[in-house]
Amino acid sequence: MTSIKQTSGGGNAVEVRGLVKHYGPTKALDGVDLDVRQGTVLGVLGPNGAGKTTLVRVLSTLIRPDAGSARVAGYDVLTQPRQLRRVIGLTGQYASVDEKLSGRENLYMIGRLLDLSRKDAKGRADEMLERFSLTDAAKRPAGQYSGGMRRRLDLAASMIGRPSVLYLDEPTTGLDPRTRNEVWEEVQRMVADGATVLLTTQYMEEAEQLADELTVFDRGRVIAEGRVEELKAKVGGRTLQIRPAARGDLRAMADTLSRSGLDGVGGAVVDEAEGLVNVAIISDEQLTAIVGLLGERSFRIAGISTHLPSLDEVFLAITGQKASAPADDDTASGTPSGSASDETLEEVAA
Amino acid sequence: MSAATISAPPAGRSAEGRIGLRANLRHIGALVRRNALQIKQDPESMFDALLMPVIFTLLFVYVFGGAISGKGNQHEYVNYVVPGLMAMMGMNIAQAVGSGINDDFKKGVMDRFRTMPIARSSVLIAKIVVEIGRMLLATSILLGMGFALGLTIHTSVLHLLAAVLLALVFGASLMWIFILLGLTMKTAQAVQGIGMLVLMPLQFGSSIFAPTSTMPGWLEAFTKANPLSNLADASRALINGGAVAHSVWITLAWTVGITAVTAPLAVAKFRNKSA
Ligand SMILES: Nc1ncnc2c1ncn2[C@@H]1O[C@H](COP(=O)(O)OP(=O)(O)O)[C@@H](O)[C@H]1O
Ligand SMILES: [Mg+2]
Repeated sequence: MTSIKQTSGGGNAVEVRGLVKHYGPTKALDGVDLDVRQGTVLGVLGPNGAGKTTLVRVLSTLIRPDAGSARVAGYDVLTQPRQLRRVIGLTGQYASVDEKLSGRENLYMIGRLLDLSRKDAKGRADEMLERFSLTDAAKRPAGQYSGGMRRRLDLAASMIGRPSVLYLDEPTTGLDPRTRNEVWEEVQRMVADGATVLLTTQYMEEAEQLADELTVFDRGRVIAEGRVEELKAKVGGRTLQIRPAARGDLRAMADTLSRSGLDGVGGAVVDEAEGLVNVAIISDEQLTAIVGLLGERSFRIAGISTHLPSLDEVFLAITGQKASAPADDDTASGTPSGSASDETLEEVAA
Repeated sequence: MSAATISAPPAGRSAEGRIGLRANLRHIGALVRRNALQIKQDPESMFDALLMPVIFTLLFVYVFGGAISGKGNQHEYVNYVVPGLMAMMGMNIAQAVGSGINDDFKKGVMDRFRTMPIARSSVLIAKIVVEIGRMLLATSILLGMGFALGLTIHTSVLHLLAAVLLALVFGASLMWIFILLGLTMKTAQAVQGIGMLVLMPLQFGSSIFAPTSTMPGWLEAFTKANPLSNLADASRALINGGAVAHSVWITLAWTVGITAVTAPLAVAKFRNKSA
């Protein structure tokens, strides 16, 4: 048997052209073009209802588009679904594991369905349980797992077959920060192993952590794309938040920064309620300069953090308008879709 | 950047991605195991298969048996009704498959199966294999109850086994109908509702519980055409003796006919279902 070499022009693992999928009046996908280069991570960023899940479902052969074409690892989504299913892994927005089966049984079953021998399926299941810190829970029914454990099991299930292209549909929505970090580490590991990843997310921070390139979706259309840095530059960098040790210093600190004349540092804004001074910055040098200046003037600082722009701010910068009203979605579990992403720097005590 | 390299397909897979018979059987095996483990995890789901035959035999033999065969002669009715109940049991279990599939579909695991390189029919076939197992269990209990109440085999063990087998294959063909219903209807309750609507007239408008000769002409015509009557007549003849061929052939014809029409429809429905 000869091995099949699939070359997709220019080393793209995923190529999408003119993809359209309408549900009645809803244009879930309205002419989408995008590429994911082999071995890279593409982040698809967009609010609820933007069409992210629909895209993933088309690319994993779950639904047929109304128009357009897509190739994954060189296979046509419409005409070669069987071959395509051999090379993809999907972690859907909703966990797709059997709730009545234990974690180990779930993974063993997937291994057998992927034609591993009994022994290999067992070995691979145990290996994945270990890797996703699920060994202790291996024998419990997945229905009793916490949200984070279920998501990890789901990721493990997607990776049993060592897929060369992996789709992750909002892999960390609703997860606590610790579990989220674990998921990120796993994704990074898979990319290091050579996988190509298409990741959808509502969080700028997640995109920055994982993605090489970004595509921003709104109402079934691509409204911006490019490297993460390019988009960030376009959106205007980060917000630096400084918490003075003494609340009374808020005004003085803000005045000092506003009059500092530091290159590129705009106005400092006082947030009385939170006891914070907010400053927009675009580079790490500015961050250093600001901290240095405050030190020189003997301000005592209790905490510093930087925030990436929220999805809303990204949209505002790209389109000059707010993201379309998010459709109701039961997975957001209390995390507002446009909330600012959390600290990218640890809080530093002064 | 190097081109995507996909290694040769594993054994049992052709380059076109078609799934060979051996691989297909392996997949069905893994999915049967899944269904069996689900039962282990949720033993209550077996109650219907365990209790239905007990309750039905007691009910029909003691409530109708005296009326039909005369007080004190219930044991005569046992030999009439137990072969009929074998037919009914198959229909009842098949009906439950519909709501089961409908429920199953609400779970994300179906999405995973449908993105995996397995024949989509294997998910349905595995379900049917497990349900045939449940049917076999229910039939065994039914026969056990029957023997306890005085059932006698007038033919041979082989005939009895043939009767069981006939009920199973016919029951399996009915499952496709209910799977199709389960994949078409929105809720499991709706599936159950429709199931009951189909079930009641077919079961009671048949020769399962009483000979059709006392019924008015129009009803007799309906019961004669009813495949459940044929199946009941066939198993009765296989167990009690008598002309077998006619009713057996008609039952087999129904089995093949129902499967040939509904199985491809169900698989197609499953393939295209996007919910
Ligand atoms: N099966 C469906 N039937 C009707 N409308 C749908 C269906 N799936 C998605 N939609 C609609 O298509 C739009 C895009 O949905 P989706 O792809 O799930 O967005 P996202 O994943 O970005 O939140 C939404 O308005 C959604 O309500
Ligand atoms: Mg979604």
